Amino acid sequence: MAHATATVDMMHPPAPAERGLDVYNNKLGMWVFLASEVMFFTALIGSYIILRFGAPGPWAPPAKVLNVPVTAFNTFLLICSSVTMVKAYAAVADGETHFLRFRPFSGGLKFWMLATIIGGAMFVGVQAYEYTHLVHHGFLPSGAREGSEVAELVASGVVPAATIGLYGSTFYTMTGFHGFHVTCGVISMTYLYVTKALRGKYSRHDYRGVEVIGLYWHFVDLVWIILFTIVYLI
Amino acid sequence: MTGSRGLRSWLTTTDHKRIGLLYFYTAFAFFLVGGLEALLIRAQLARPNGTVVGAETYNQLFTMHGTTMVFLALMPLSAAFFNYIVPLQIGARDVAFPRLNAFSYWVFLLGGLFLNASWIAGPVFRAGVLNVAPDAGWFGYANLTERQYSPGPNVDFWMLGLQILGVSSLAAGFNFIVTILNLRAPGMKMMRLPTFTWMTLVTQFLVITAFPVITVALVFLMFDRFFGAHFYVPQAGATPLLWQHLFWLFGHPEVYILILPAMGIVSEVLPTFSRKPLFGYTVVVYSGVLIGFMGWGVWSHHMFSVGLGPIADSVFSATTMLIAVPTGVKIFNWIATLWGGTIRGTTALHFAVGFIAMFIIGGLSGVTHASPPADLQQTDTYYVVAHIHYVLFGGTIFGLFAGIYYWWPKMTGRLLSEALGKLHFWLTFIGMNLAFFPMHLIGLLGMPRRIYTYAPDLGVSSLNLVSTIGALLIGVATLVFVVNLWRTRSHGAPAPNDPWGGATLEWAIPSPPPPYNFSVIPTVASRLPRWKTEHHDPMPDPPAAPPAPVHVPGGSWWPPVAALGLPVLALALLTHHLWLAFLGVAIMLYGIYRWAFEPFEI
Repeated sequence: MAHATATVDMMHPPAPAERGLDVYNNKLGMWVFLASEVMFFTALIGSYIILRFGAPGPWAPPAKVLNVPVTAFNTFLLICSSVTMVKAYAAVADGETHFLRFRPFSGGLKFWMLATIIGGAMFVGVQAYEYTHLVHHGFLPSGAREGSEVAELVASGVVPAATIGLYGSTFYTMTGFHGFHVTCGVISMTYLYVTKALRGKYSRHDYRGVEVIGLYWHFVDLVWIILFTIVYLI
Repeated sequence: MTGSRGLRSWLTTTDHKRIGLLYFYTAFAFFLVGGLEALLIRAQLARPNGTVVGAETYNQLFTMHGTTMVFLALMPLSAAFFNYIVPLQIGARDVAFPRLNAFSYWVFLLGGLFLNASWIAGPVFRAGVLNVAPDAGWFGYANLTERQYSPGPNVDFWMLGLQILGVSSLAAGFNFIVTILNLRAPGMKMMRLPTFTWMTLVTQFLVITAFPVITVALVFLMFDRFFGAHFYVPQAGATPLLWQHLFWLFGHPEVYILILPAMGIVSEVLPTFSRKPLFGYTVVVYSGVLIGFMGWGVWSHHMFSVGLGPIADSVFSATTMLIAVPTGVKIFNWIATLWGGTIRGTTALHFAVGFIAMFIIGGLSGVTHASPPADLQQTDTYYVVAHIHYVLFGGTIFGLFAGIYYWWPKMTGRLLSEALGKLHFWLTFIGMNLAFFPMHLIGLLGMPRRIYTYAPDLGVSSLNLVSTIGALLIGVATLVFVVNLWRTRSHGAPAPNDPWGGATLEWAIPSPPPPYNFSVIPTVASRLPRWKTEHHDPMPDPPAAPPAPVHVPGGSWWPPVAALGLPVLALALLTHHLWLAFLGVAIMLYGIYRWAFEPFEI
């Protein structure tokens, strides 16, 4: 790849070789922040495991309460947005900062970053739709709303009554915090897109913002794959 | 953007030295508040059947004393030194993210004020009393903290206040890790870092990994209390031990967050005043790192009495006894540093040696709790209170005072009075042993903690009176210290660059340092750059005036503005006003937005 030799100048701290870790401050800061985020989600998921396996009865079968196919599609959407994030990073590292070029056909930084923003925004949108739907059917953070469809499922024994309250609490807390993270990512990336990418501030000599937001984006994506597996599938 | 004087320059400052001083004064004020709460507790317990305060106020006093001292006094007093001293010790012009640093301070101040506002917020909630301060103990066990058992706003203040303070600690943690790893002067390899900077680095790694855990625990509690979730409700199938595990999973690393900075300070003070390099620098550093790792594997020793079973008890007992090993290694290294040195008995050295002695006592009583059968006798008695005060007062506070006497001349340009300093030390030393040593006996004789009074026939009346007299003595000692600080402003001897003959970089520059710190960034060739060693001559001091103008970034209004959004948001939850929530988010977003668009270069 061309960018391997061209990555110079701004991408390294302007200091003598012995100084620091040879990683610029914002990137190191993001790695440290992600280490903290790992602990945050570990505590969330660990608590979920403790509550679920320490509960007095079985957990509700996810497919009876949640709409798994819709969220599976949403997962696909988020993974695609990670791919477009990588494409954005590779494009700017090669100096391709345009939107679209037709002969030969190629997408540049401005195209792939916009695709990532749209992917993230759609994920949040689908999650908002999912929440509205679930609340409408009576699935609440405190359990089942009286007289609702979910309450009927509980009454008929399809969904265990003993654990429905905990199920609601953990479901909304875990997926809610993840959705909050995606929202923050979309806002930050939109900010970088409008103030930096569209104004031509990124070049193959300096694409720090794209790299740092990319790290965050892949982390949020990875966490979702774990959350989707343990909340929706198991 | 701003001048160097006036209120505005302090509100908008991004200079690590000024932020360090702000941390110091704010945390010291909270230290006095926490001390006052302790004196009220001791006044209540001076005699059996005491009537100074009632049971409810007493609960609030011991909860707020613990919370204040841990989160608003000891941690930020350490942060004052992280801010002021660490960039100087590594030869940097500032921290990696100066505005984030200012944000950390303002969030800390506002979080502390929010928490303490509970003392007078009763009328706002029509509580019928003035004080609605948190009252569930500083580790707030669930499900006592659930709405069903704590219906008032007391626990809300606690849980929201701690979440705000967590934001401050986390932001500072990211900042200092990047600063220490990336902003070292040329030649300052990791194994040439001063010990205090090393211990700061370990502490910050503990902060960024432990605080997310308590944040999750508090978020669960918040959702239970405000949105009807069931995380800690046994009737809904939750296990009541979840809170204890989450809290102590944070809580035990937190113990090392409190003590490691003090250990770092002592490791700087002892070599300077024995005129000898720290004995076994490498071992001291690795012991600190090992303590950081092992601190994650001992949390359940706080929970022996819940009945986790023999296997869990044995494992946590073993790890707890093991963690005493690196701690003991450090103690031997400090003693060996003094051995054969040219000792100068300054106040700073008094506090450092006092730290070693008191911390050994606290450490030994700690090893006795590591044995589950012994612990079952000690849990929830005054014996545990004695232990925590020997390690946190005899340990952390003594270490911090050593740091204050050592670095105050660097921070303000004036030397503290040694005569008043010695008086302060001896009063504190005698006072603390009088106050806390009898608590071992009071506890073993069977007096439980957190009970607002006791009967005369329990046989602990005279020991309690001694303890109260000791607490009063600590109060007098602290007044002597305040007089010393006040007097030094005008009467203190002006401090030269290096009043003590220190080995590290902060002593190479004026006291107090100019805004740019180093006129020329030094190049470091040894672990003790300012001392003559076998292979190296002392480093020449940087020139008095910079050879070329040094750019110093101006201040910024946006960190305090963004910080203001957090307490407004907390207030919205507390008072159930949706418009306040929108206002809080709007303030925060506006602050962050302007912050992001502000031209600001370091």
